[in-house]
Amino acid sequence: MRNPQLNGHGELQHLLSLDGLPKSVLTAILDTAEPFTEVAEREVKKLPLLRGKSVFNVFFENSTRTRTTFEIAAKRLSADVINLNVATSSTKKGETLLDTVDNLCAMQADMFVVRHESSGAPYLIADHLHNTARHHIHVVNAGDGRHAHPTQGLLDMFTIRHYKKEFHNLVVAIVGDVLHSRVARSQIAALTTLGVPEVRVIAPKTLLPTDVERMGVRVFHDMQAGLKDVDVVMMLRLQNERMNGALLPSPQEFFKVWGLTAEKLAEARADAIVMHPGPMNRGVEIDSAVADGGQAVILPQVTFGIAVRMAVMSMLAGS
Amino acid sequence: MRIRIANGRLIDPANQLDATSDLYIADGLITGVGKAPEGFAADRTIDAAGLVVCPGLVDLAARLREPGFEYRATLESEMEAAMAGGVTSLAIPPDTDPVLDEPGLVEMLCYRAKKLNRAHVYPVGALTIGLKGERLSEMAELVEAGCVAFSQANTPIIDNIVLMRAMQYAATFGFRVWMQPVAPFLARGGVAHDGEVAARLGLAGIPTAAETIGLYTHIELARITGAKLHVTRLSSAEGLKMIKWARKEGVDITCDVSINHLHLSEMDIGYFNPNCHLVPPLRTQRDREALRQGLVDGEINALCSNHTPVDDDAKQCPFAEAEPGATGLELLLPLTLKWAQETRTPLVKALACVTSDSARIIGSQKGGHLSVNARADVCIFDPEAYVTVSRARLRSQGKNTPFLGLELPGEVRYTLVEGQVMFAPT
Repeated sequence: MRNPQLNGHGELQHLLSLDGLPKSVLTAILDTAEPFTEVAEREVKKLPLLRGKSVFNVFFENSTRTRTTFEIAAKRLSADVINLNVATSSTKKGETLLDTVDNLCAMQADMFVVRHESSGAPYLIADHLHNTARHHIHVVNAGDGRHAHPTQGLLDMFTIRHYKKEFHNLVVAIVGDVLHSRVARSQIAALTTLGVPEVRVIAPKTLLPTDVERMGVRVFHDMQAGLKDVDVVMMLRLQNERMNGALLPSPQEFFKVWGLTAEKLAEARADAIVMHPGPMNRGVEIDSAVADGGQAVILPQVTFGIAVRMAVMSMLAGS
Repeated sequence: MRIRIANGRLIDPANQLDATSDLYIADGLITGVGKAPEGFAADRTIDAAGLVVCPGLVDLAARLREPGFEYRATLESEMEAAMAGGVTSLAIPPDTDPVLDEPGLVEMLCYRAKKLNRAHVYPVGALTIGLKGERLSEMAELVEAGCVAFSQANTPIIDNIVLMRAMQYAATFGFRVWMQPVAPFLARGGVAHDGEVAARLGLAGIPTAAETIGLYTHIELARITGAKLHVTRLSSAEGLKMIKWARKEGVDITCDVSINHLHLSEMDIGYFNPNCHLVPPLRTQRDREALRQGLVDGEINALCSNHTPVDDDAKQCPFAEAEPGATGLELLLPLTLKWAQETRTPLVKALACVTSDSARIIGSQKGGHLSVNARADVCIFDPEAYVTVSRARLRSQGKNTPFLGLELPGEVRYTLVEGQVMFAPT
């Protein structure tokens, strides 16, 4: 089976998922991102790497944060950025996903940044571009259903590397709604590929996918036991619609058992960092004292996200 | 028209025959096997040297998409596909639009099919009106119109009291009930087997328990009501275990498996291949191995194509949104042969799964075998030839199948329906 993410030379053609990418590619993206962190500190925050290129942010699902960071990243690379909120336009009129793509191709797009509520949608687009021999157009997955959010996974890895330097000696815990989380899937794929020896997931059974241990993680249901001696705590967002019903009885009970408080965090190593992909539900998955505390690196994550997205886009454009 | 099929390897599972022998046909019937009837003078002789001559295949599930889904397929296109696949009898699931819940509709379908003069159709009527699981259909009238059994296709009955009454009513007449067992709430919203692959790809899962719990309900109700239960499209090892258990308990039960589930598993979804979006979902490799062995052992009674032509527009979507189903009529024979090769099952036994055994489930005495005076429905194929599955080669209007690009054994050379050559080399 052809790996749709790599071209014939093993270079990144599209970024669709971190699952299936070799360690060398992940490391190359993180290395490329390093110098981009300094661009933001310059007086002129621009590089000419994507000059003359058109980047289309095609969001079939609403998002402000991710779309904005992609937009900033593309603009810092001097690309022309076009934002399409497809969730409120053409698909509502019945246009198919591939018709939308064809139309945007006809507008001379060079790169699509795609968010879609259905797992695998960016693969369909990449496959369509391949079948129609439009190999110069690249696809970046900005989140598809429950499947993947690769740039979030990469910025998380960048953050971990920034604070912890190495991956091979870490214990990392991912806490919360793994079942519905594309972020968690990308984090697990990246952490296991980069050689983290112990990746834990901590959640009630209702919020874990079947056979989750087959992804190479250790399953914990007890927060204290799961956080014992970890170096990195990665919290997940709990969607409002999942808080009351057959998955969980209430946000209060979730917070009581799995919410990250200073007391629970004390189980982790003293120098452990706390991460969250945002937007946070304070008092549901994380206590404000922790979110605003000295161990939280939540805002640096956002800053690094721009550098990582610049790295991904520049590498794609250069392949 | 009198036809002699000469020098072929005659395989007739119903009569346990596998020998080089001639077959004689006159007036639409088999008139001689091995020996010409007295005074037989052939109008046409088909040289079948090196070829296998077997009964025309009997498919337990072929959606022809009429009425209602003519943009996906028509009787004409799918009948051509059947002929090219050596399939001469088709059981038609009731999930057309409108559904097959009215005698007039069934009569019209039979009439249209008969006029085309290709494969024989055996409609399976809707067990409940509109497949809604609320009111019983007019089963007696529907049987008079041509239905051979009753089913809910892929739409489970949610209310078990309705399911029980429907089975009771069918049992009153001794009508067969063909059910795909599924616990509706456990399957709701799911698009793939709830396992490793769905977890990794972030697809909503359908647990094996949806099948086993549904199956247990159906087995128990069949026992209570005395209904003749045929379980369609078994998908799991656990499900097969329950079928064996039910038989031990004395429940009258048969079951089938589709060509897709016999050869594929969840792993074949790969990078979201929408052609692998099927109902029921492809399960684990362990499940697939159990189903293959179950068919070898005879615990699974028949193999079907579950032919479901889907138009490209409905398939070119993200996995979950893609319409489930795959084309299969032309792959039924090749995939039967592939399974036989891989499991070292003798041809006479393998072909039984798609001829005599499936005919028995339909309740057809006339098709599925080559006895003297049987209907002369014959398939002649080259067992040594390999053919690559391609969109161009498929005659079905549905071009979507997980097997595209694969080279499969067996090439149909001739298909005869009631003694008429309906498919032949051009």
